[in-house]
Amino acid sequence: MSVHEFLASPAEASRRRGPQDRIVMSSRVRLARNLRGFAFPGWAKKSDRQRVLQAINDAALALPQLQGAFMGAMESISTQDKQLLVERHLISREHAARKEGSGLILRQDESLCLMVNEEDHLRMQSLLPGLQIRAAWEAIDAVDTGLEGRVEFAFSPVLGYLTSCPTNVGTAIRVSAMLHLPGLVLADQIQPTIEAVSKLGMAVRGFYGEGTDALGNVFQVSNQRTLGESEPRIVERLEKVLHQLIENEENARALLLEQKPKVIFNHVGRAYGTLANAHIISSKETMNLLSLLRLGVELGLFPGADVALINELFIVTQPAHLQQTSEHKLSADERDVLRASLLRERLRALPPPKAA
Amino acid sequence: MLCSICQLNEAKVHLAQVVNGKVQKIDLCESCSHEKGVSDTAGYALAEMLLGISGAKPAEEKAAGGGRSQLRCPACGFTQADFKKTARLGCPECYETFAEPLAGMLKNMHRGTKHTGKVPRSTPAPRDPSEDLRALQAQLEQAIRAEDFERAARLRDQIKELKGRLQTPVATPP
Repeated sequence: MSVHEFLASPAEASRRRGPQDRIVMSSRVRLARNLRGFAFPGWAKKSDRQRVLQAINDAALALPQLQGAFMGAMESISTQDKQLLVERHLISREHAARKEGSGLILRQDESLCLMVNEEDHLRMQSLLPGLQIRAAWEAIDAVDTGLEGRVEFAFSPVLGYLTSCPTNVGTAIRVSAMLHLPGLVLADQIQPTIEAVSKLGMAVRGFYGEGTDALGNVFQVSNQRTLGESEPRIVERLEKVLHQLIENEENARALLLEQKPKVIFNHVGRAYGTLANAHIISSKETMNLLSLLRLGVELGLFPGADVALINELFIVTQPAHLQQTSEHKLSADERDVLRASLLRERLRALPPPKAA
Repeated sequence: MLCSICQLNEAKVHLAQVVNGKVQKIDLCESCSHEKGVSDTAGYALAEMLLGISGAKPAEEKAAGGGRSQLRCPACGFTQADFKKTARLGCPECYETFAEPLAGMLKNMHRGTKHTGKVPRSTPAPRDPSEDLRALQAQLEQAIRAEDFERAARLRDQIKELKGRLQTPVATPP
């Protein structure tokens, strides 16, 4: 079965809800692990990478959490499907570029995803909707514990789990959340907020992780340091920062609505106008306008509208997802036309915003 | 303002230094400034502290000049030059091979120098050195009671050595 046949449909995926998902779109905990006695993937010979892949696949097959999961070698996954996985935030762009000797293990509900031979032998993540970083940590901790009886991880009592990059050594954990912060952006408070979060030793990144833009007012907040602090402590510290960010965003939205309602109505109304009527629209413009539409739904400007529709549009308007709906290979220009017609079609069900 | 190194305490020492025409600034708390030997401004380089690994440069330059050969991991053949190029290591053993250049780097990168998180079940838990200390102290008392002063002197030296190690938690050979 191919990845696109295995994955849940965008409609199904966007109906997954979690606590505080007005602002926290998803929570993720990733652990990096390497097998003792093997060079890291970037330095290993292909035959060694294949042995590591085999050992990890065998160990993963035995775990109850991964029964029925998709398991595939990266060279057997089409470029198109790899791009779908990137757009769903299931694999990194780096992993999408890998071929022989690398692999993927994925649960259909997307809650567990293991990249084999990315930068480390194993990068496993738990991804949950809304603010659930504690639950995500518990889920991936259980997978890790299940695997450690079957493969031997490279571990030093002093430095902890040994990773290809020294920035990950120790717990080798990356705890992150994807936040939708249009209020802070519109209130011009995003820059000081990012600076304050950075001072606490957390990183703030764009939509697709390291080195990407904050498309659609979506920001990823994560821990940066992995040595000298335990996993529960890192989870707890990030959780505190997230609660603070949620409060700041809610306050910014309330204040904007109270002090500058016309600014909000204007942004939401124009976003709706463009999305519902455009005939050519880029992916970037779509994301930025959908963000404003989502804000409008959350502020009650679209009575009865379901935020799941907006979430679904976030997914289906991305390049590989659009390509999925077409028989022939689309050019970028063709995609922009197809995207606009899809948006017009789907937004017919959504009446214009009420500015009351 | 928080200390740039530990990010925990209020910064009390503020430094600026011009390196290659660029101003580098750093703010430190009292304990970190003391630890980094900032009070001794002579022979102290901000760049070295910030970049950590630059202390390893002379060895590499020597190697290039035909002196002693540069560090190479016996397990995987990865060299210090490879590390500089990729900012990645070759294999788990590299952490032993490059322990010296890595020590300063890890200290600047992370919150601590010792892993305090999860330990795989298959790895025996590291022995707590403070337990060893208590055991040695009990033996010392016993030796003194038995008036075995030769043994007591040996134990006293062992205790002194262990206490010294406990104060500097990470093993960084000079």
